[in-house]
Amino acid sequence: MRYMMMMNTPGGKGGDYRINDWRPEDFKAHIAFMHRFNAALKEAGEFVDAQGLTPPGEAKLVRAGADGRPVTDGPFAESKEFLAGFWILEVENEARALELAAAVSAAPGPRGAPLNMGIELRRIMSAPPVEG
Amino acid sequence: MTERGHGLDARHLLRDLAPRVLGAVARRHGDFADAEDAVQEALIAASTQWPSAGIPTNPHGWLYHVAVRRLADQRRSDDARRKREEAASAELHDDAAWLRDPDTGADEDDSLVLLFMCCHPALTSPSAIALTLRAVGGLTTAEIARAFLVPEATMAQRISRAKQQIRQSGVPFALPEGDERMGRLDAVMHVIYLVFNEGYTSSAGPGLARTDLAEEAIRLARLLRAQLPGDGEVAGLLALLLLTHSRSAARTGPAGELIPLDEQDRALWHRASIDEGIALVSGALSSGEVGPYQLQAAIAAVHAESPSAAETDWRQVLALYGVLERMSDNPIVTLNRAVAASMVHGPRAGLALLDALDADPRIAGHYRLDAVRAHLHERAGDRTDAIARFRAAAERTASAPERDYLLLKAARLADGE
Repeated sequence: MRYMMMMNTPGGKGGDYRINDWRPEDFKAHIAFMHRFNAALKEAGEFVDAQGLTPPGEAKLVRAGADGRPVTDGPFAESKEFLAGFWILEVENEARALELAAAVSAAPGPRGAPLNMGIELRRIMSAPPVEG
Repeated sequence: MTERGHGLDARHLLRDLAPRVLGAVARRHGDFADAEDAVQEALIAASTQWPSAGIPTNPHGWLYHVAVRRLADQRRSDDARRKREEAASAELHDDAAWLRDPDTGADEDDSLVLLFMCCHPALTSPSAIALTLRAVGGLTTAEIARAFLVPEATMAQRISRAKQQIRQSGVPFALPEGDERMGRLDAVMHVIYLVFNEGYTSSAGPGLARTDLAEEAIRLARLLRAQLPGDGEVAGLLALLLLTHSRSAARTGPAGELIPLDEQDRALWHRASIDEGIALVSGALSSGEVGPYQLQAAIAAVHAESPSAAETDWRQVLALYGVLERMSDNPIVTLNRAVAASMVHGPRAGLALLDALDADPRIAGHYRLDAVRAHLHERAGDRTDAIARFRAAAERTASAPERDYLLLKAARLADGE
């Protein structure tokens, strides 16, 4: 079954992950953790896709106005939490998806302490059979 | 030969043959779009059969024959085109057809015709790139889709729309004449350059398959050069790609992190590519009209020839950027000239040159402007300004390795390293 795993990180003035307060070695350890995590997913055959998103500084919320043209809000640099990136996973069962989400939630932050970020997990609906 | 070696061999051969076979089929049986589909199917058939069954005696004839059969199959189901089907199937029933080379003498020109066709100005860059890689590069739709990290169906659609546009534009299967030919050559070189850049900068996140795109661009540039050996800018383009690519092993670390030019291990630079690039650009510069690709290659050559970052001949780099800036109205050139000026006259001189760019909407607010300012502030000893600029650049870049590099620079400065 497929899941979308979304990593929400604290927002605020610091930009992504409030990284401004981090020491270089903490930052490097965090990046290395993400590389290892993705490599392990690929190794296990559970990796479908992963994408990081640019920070929310330029993000826009769009709706069509009465004339059908875009009406935009944003940017939202000061939002409480924001989506930093997501994974698409192909896993055996829900328990495994929860396990992976917990692992990424505990990615190391300042002085190696786990960040315990909010990870949103959503099951992806299966597509109808393709005609063919 | 091992199985693996055999497969690899077949792949190289297929990609070399692809534009020649397509040229022959399009020339003999009309419509470029249909011919392109048929050749793609022939290539896929060969890529599954040749590695195990062996490469046929006349691989070009084999591909041509299979493509023409596919074309006939397509047309059999299409009543309106019955007449052309007869021509194709007549050849099909000639049993010895595949033993003969179907288009003696015309091969080389066809690659050029195809390049000019795929880089048609009616197409957007992504469409021209995709079509060039498939029709001239002989890549399969699946391979191109993987390299650009999009689903295969998306890429197939992009290619099919590109062919539709070419068909609607009514452009004949022939080389354009006169001024139009020169204009189209610029478009061809630009598309090859974009293919290379796509592989080199990995603008859409990490991906190993992307270095293949850089190599494919070099192969296309070689093909173009074989067609136009006397053109200085074509030589300049090939030299630029070779010299830039020669640094690829040194420019990323073990975790995919970016290593800037002045911190690279120059022992990792690929010597043969450097030598070839330098020879090409020297020959071009000494023999004809100087153009932007030659100048960029000449700048890359200055770096390649320098034994260490400290020994770089920045005066020469600065002079070359000066010529390039006068020739092309491009803010990125000014940005690079500012870096060179800072190396010759100090960081404040570089920063002063950057001020003019704030008024240029093409680059004002671009992360590279912030990144260059950050480096110059750092060298000038303005730590606070440098940190602010590195962070601003990191917020704006869409490349993950670049973002990590910029944030790490800011973190190191903040930490007082």
